[in-house]
Amino acid sequence: MAVCNADEGDSGTFADRMLMEGDPFCLIEGMLIAGLAVGATQGFIYLREEYPQAHQILNTAIAKAKAAGYLGDDIQGSGRRFELQVRLGAGAYICGEETSLLESLEGKRGLVRAKPPLPALKGLFGQPTVVNNVITLASVPIILARGGDFYHDYGLGRSRGTLPLQLAGNIRRGGLVEVAFGVTLRELLEDFGGGSRSGRAMRAVQVGGPLGAYLPESQWDTPLDYEAFSATGAMLGHGGVVVFDDSVDMAEQARYAMEFCVIESCGKCTPCRIGSIRGVEVIDRILHSPAQSQLQEDNIELLRDLCDTMDKGSLCAMGGMTPIPVLSALKDFREDFDKAAGTHSGT
Amino acid sequence: MLNYYDPKVDTDFYDKDYGTPEITVDDARLEPVALTIDGREVVVPKGTSVLRAAAEAGINIPKLCATDNLQAFGSCRLCLVEIKGRKGYPASCTTSVEAGMEVRTQSGRLAGLRRNVMELYISDHPLDCLTCPSNGDCELQDMAGAVGLREVRYGYSGENHLNAEKDTSNPYFTFDPSKCIVCSRCVRACEEVQGTFALTVDGRGFASKIAAGQDQPFMDSECVSCGACVKACPTSTLIENTVVEQGQPEHSVVTTCAYCGVGCAFKAELKGDQVVRMTPYKGGAANRGHACVKGRFAFGYATHVDRITTPMIRDSIEQSWRKVSWQEAIAFAAARLRDIQARYGRTSVGGITSSRCTNEETYLVQKLVRAAFGNNNVDTCARVCHSPTGYGLKTTLGESAGTQSFDSVEKVDVVMVIGANPTDGHPVFASRLKKRLREGAQLIVIDPRRIDLVHSPHVRAAQHLKLRPGTNVACINAMAHVIVSEGLEDARFIAQRCEQPAYQQWREFISDPRHAPEATAAVTGIDPQQLRAAARLYASAGNGAIYYGLGVTEHSQGSTMVMGIANLAMLTGNLGREGVGVNPLRGQNNVQGSCDMGSFPHELPFYRHISGA
Repeated sequence: MAVCNADEGDSGTFADRMLMEGDPFCLIEGMLIAGLAVGATQGFIYLREEYPQAHQILNTAIAKAKAAGYLGDDIQGSGRRFELQVRLGAGAYICGEETSLLESLEGKRGLVRAKPPLPALKGLFGQPTVVNNVITLASVPIILARGGDFYHDYGLGRSRGTLPLQLAGNIRRGGLVEVAFGVTLRELLEDFGGGSRSGRAMRAVQVGGPLGAYLPESQWDTPLDYEAFSATGAMLGHGGVVVFDDSVDMAEQARYAMEFCVIESCGKCTPCRIGSIRGVEVIDRILHSPAQSQLQEDNIELLRDLCDTMDKGSLCAMGGMTPIPVLSALKDFREDFDKAAGTHSGT
Repeated sequence: MLNYYDPKVDTDFYDKDYGTPEITVDDARLEPVALTIDGREVVVPKGTSVLRAAAEAGINIPKLCATDNLQAFGSCRLCLVEIKGRKGYPASCTTSVEAGMEVRTQSGRLAGLRRNVMELYISDHPLDCLTCPSNGDCELQDMAGAVGLREVRYGYSGENHLNAEKDTSNPYFTFDPSKCIVCSRCVRACEEVQGTFALTVDGRGFASKIAAGQDQPFMDSECVSCGACVKACPTSTLIENTVVEQGQPEHSVVTTCAYCGVGCAFKAELKGDQVVRMTPYKGGAANRGHACVKGRFAFGYATHVDRITTPMIRDSIEQSWRKVSWQEAIAFAAARLRDIQARYGRTSVGGITSSRCTNEETYLVQKLVRAAFGNNNVDTCARVCHSPTGYGLKTTLGESAGTQSFDSVEKVDVVMVIGANPTDGHPVFASRLKKRLREGAQLIVIDPRRIDLVHSPHVRAAQHLKLRPGTNVACINAMAHVIVSEGLEDARFIAQRCEQPAYQQWREFISDPRHAPEATAAVTGIDPQQLRAAARLYASAGNGAIYYGLGVTEHSQGSTMVMGIANLAMLTGNLGREGVGVNPLRGQNNVQGSCDMGSFPHELPFYRHISGA
């Protein structure tokens, strides 16, 4: 089985959507190549239901590809077979996690599976399954057409090729920017994005979706590549970049990260299912404690301990990474946690 | 040397929960794997979880969502361990052993993580242990103790489920979601063990909750009250009403359920002489820890007021019963029996045994009839349901018994169910069968009725031959005809294991075109193509097993049909190993034993014919 993860659920991301709506054949070709490479005869594109236009466009493109003999029982007279279908998600963020996605594809609740076995050994309906995202699969045709060196010549270090970055949030020129790995966040924000939309100073940038770190200006010169980001405790993820100006309340953002997990956790493992709601409550207590008081310090310690339990104890990256935005906000925007109780917008 | 059954040793073994299912060692693919756990060398079959390997070595890793009759799930995160060379803290339930693995089950870091996870559980759990029905029998309580939880830093005022309403719709058990830890053991038991799929987890994240059916009361859902969820529940969320009312039992006895022919083993858990609950026993070879609503909950008969517990006599039917001593009762019965024999002859009295009695009891009754009454007037209720099997199988296979144990169903590839409705009549066997069907075994149903097995959740019969009642033999012979005429027989098995002249004679008979499905369709009402497909499937899908019930035996041609079934099994080589065979589904739990003990007029114990005795 070959499965494409098109459940583009991260906040501020739209690269998959633009690609599927703009060049669906690129993805179909990538999936076909992946299927032939691994000997899969069936492929599924797991598409989030919030993309009705992409759904329609993909289905039309698949029908055309089939009519032209690029999908079906005998691909271009090769005797090889590959079928492709689009399946819609039902609005759960967790179904972007690959094992949850496979459960959902099987018609079950989107519940994370324990790994191992890895999907490559035992995936969809128990069959060996390759699961990749839209960007990866859509990169395959050009690599095969122009050769590995062509692709490898972009990027730096171990992060080779290009990354479609999506600029969103409080940014003057939002949109999709495909660049080679290695540009800095500051270049992206200022040269491509043109600074904040509000005209106020930019203060924090969340990279990599709702589970990504909030980066203060001091980290904006880090080159955008996997290793450099990982070294600072952040991640590139799907390349979503959400910008906040200096009116942001970062304690509020930290609280939101936990709240998001309360709603979007699959509910299977304890650290994620119960830990997230306790995280919201502990942050509330921190915000309602007098600044620098013992009570506040105790609750901050409890929050750190909880984040450690979620990080080390969770079944998947949902619970494991929810602490990242929380702890980054606490580390780099501590002053927002010390504001007087009642001045936070949503508490 | 004789090995004596030692219930004490067995009870200890079967009372322990090893966390994940046993990997059966007779599977040829499984080589032993050696690893060290806490410095101790452990050798287990490949595929065993680290959690189970540790438990077998006597090292107990804390756990809540794992239990050894369910597949590992990995949700509670208490069984985390450290493995040398691996990142993080893998859950030992979902991690398989590997050669040379070095596992640590205890460290300061693990203790902290486990305590923190338990703290989260307890932050959403009532603190009413002393008044809780599970007090003293609660895994959550045990684990809180094991991990040394001393405080809940989050307090108890946060979001919680403590006000969730109880569901008391089921007459046998109560569902109290305020105590639920959402470990999914109930949901998984309903799916994996019972196969009814009545339960689910509704919602996601912190809103996740256990729901029956479409979030209905249990009684309105698909639930069949088998109690698998109640047994699986580690807290008092799902608990027997008898335990709620009477408290925890204080001793137990392992016994056999007397309801149906499966013969499930139970632990009768008692308080004094009152049964508090019947818990299906993991050591039971027929049920392996599962039960149905009857054995599990319908045990009121044990101490019912209608039950006769003292001997009573009366001189004539007009009189009312008089309670007397055993001595008087026995003297009275003996005198009356002797009197009848003196007046009407030696053969004027006899005895009938029940197949719900033990071997010892039925043996003594036939001994009484033969040795004391001096005649052969003994019979058993198995006469009706079983004697065609006894006669048919003795004639064909040489032994008046089914060929398999109930465990055998775990190895079948294709199952033919004839004249039986296991989900109703033999529910625990049906659950084991359905489990195998969900694993991919195929099913052929031969029955005029559309029984549940034909189409139920995740089970669909490949073929359902809706034959006309009374046409069993024509149907089974048509299947044999297809196998012989299409060359699907197991020639090697026949050459090695069957009597050649008899086989040739039978082959000539069965090859006759009048047995072809096309020729008998008018009689049986079965579409010939469908019958051919069923015959091909049975003959060629690997391990083929036949299970049959009273729809085969309780007919005038019952014995002939049983012989037809045995012939089909021999023809296809489906005898003599696990996963195959001829399997009668009996009416009562000791049909075989009552027959073995000589409860028939013409047969002495162990089927010695009276003419040869």
